[in-house]
Amino acid sequence: MDDREIQLRRYKSILSKYLDDQSEQTLYKGQQFSRKMIEQKISPEEAVSLHVSAMESLYPDMPQEFKNSYAFLLEMMIGYGFAYREHQSLRSRQQQLETEIEIAANMQQTLLMGEMPTVESLDIGAVSKPAKKMNGDYYHFVQDENDCVSVAIADVIGKGIPAALCMSMIKYAMDSAPEQRMQPSAMLGNLNRVVEQNVDPNMFITMFYGLYDSFNHRFYYSGAGHEPGFFYNAENDDFGELYTKGLVLGVSKKPNYREYSKDLQKGDMIVLLSDGVTECRSSKGFIERDEIVAMIRSNLHLSAQEIVNTVYRELEKMQEFELRDDFTLLILRRKV
Amino acid sequence: MNIQSCVEVRNEWDIVKARQEGRNIAKELGFGSVDQARITTAISELARNIYLYAGKGRIEISNLDSSGKIGLRIIASDDGPGIKDIRKVMEDGFTTSGGLGAGLPGVKRLMDEFSIDSKENEGTEIITTKWLR
Repeated sequence: MDDREIQLRRYKSILSKYLDDQSEQTLYKGQQFSRKMIEQKISPEEAVSLHVSAMESLYPDMPQEFKNSYAFLLEMMIGYGFAYREHQSLRSRQQQLETEIEIAANMQQTLLMGEMPTVESLDIGAVSKPAKKMNGDYYHFVQDENDCVSVAIADVIGKGIPAALCMSMIKYAMDSAPEQRMQPSAMLGNLNRVVEQNVDPNMFITMFYGLYDSFNHRFYYSGAGHEPGFFYNAENDDFGELYTKGLVLGVSKKPNYREYSKDLQKGDMIVLLSDGVTECRSSKGFIERDEIVAMIRSNLHLSAQEIVNTVYRELEKMQEFELRDDFTLLILRRKV
Repeated sequence: MNIQSCVEVRNEWDIVKARQEGRNIAKELGFGSVDQARITTAISELARNIYLYAGKGRIEISNLDSSGKIGLRIIASDDGPGIKDIRKVMEDGFTTSGGLGAGLPGVKRLMDEFSIDSKENEGTEIITTKWLR
């Protein structure tokens, strides 16, 4: 007995029972049977054909008009079968694409995320979460033999795969310009040239680049249209803005990136973020920068990594666990 | 292989004629009602493509007997503009004729074997077969 005969026997028995008793219980059985048919990828026209065959065997003397009407129904269902099969094929293609994106996202992780620096004088914390599978935010630390730590944080305007591809290029460009590592403004100038020449004019990248000199505890930095970070002065216990002036990467051929510097005392902190942090939306509207400062302030007793984790968790909760934009938050605190 | 029927497709009446020929031959060969309807729908789609995009062409229907296996073969050919990007028309979701799931990928799924050959400005030939199980 082949599959079709088994299905037919089973269908016929449920159908004839229903014709006898018209009970809800039999309908429920029918529903379960239909689920099994879907699992076995029985197409709509095959389902109708099953019904027709069952009816023909239950009522051999069925009027010709009914038989004809079934033939007509079968013809109608072929179109639905077309759509059903296309749906199946599109679904398997979607699964395939998702697997590919998953692999790409993993590759991106290994490509972009370097090691966290371990410098005696600095306590560093970082969190970066993509809104979708791939991250359009980027951060990168480099520690050199003199215990200088450079930090980059960037955000591609846009999300998802195009943004992620663009980020990979930025990372490569940074790696290939080690001589500019010590000069934030030159680094941004160089990256601007790369972006300007290689990236679609509709894609912009904001970036903040800084260098922490462990010898004199001075932080040098430049920004290219990036969301301003915060500077925490431990002695006065107050948060100020880490303002920078400079055009977004890729807009102008000859932009001027100004370089700034700040001296850090023990306990002072540098907070860098992407606009995914400040554009978090709770039920009460946008989250103000003040609120983020307040969150950091109330967790000052924790380590830098614990602070960023706590802030991320709290903002995630406020947004009902649905990130709208890629989220990156970095903290560097002078320890000794 | 012997050609059992050849319908010249010039207008919508010819589509109906090709369908009718196909259904008759399918029935004769012993295909069940579902497969008859599938074969007819495939012929309908192919003939409609000829009518819509090439203006005229033909649908040949023949029976196959290959080492005991019985099959029905449809050859749809025209001297129309041809298909520029075959891969694209064989992609799901790309359909110019409207209907969900219709078009060439749909035809391919309804049948067992399917091949397409097309040159720009020379025409298109589609050969598709359904085997009797």
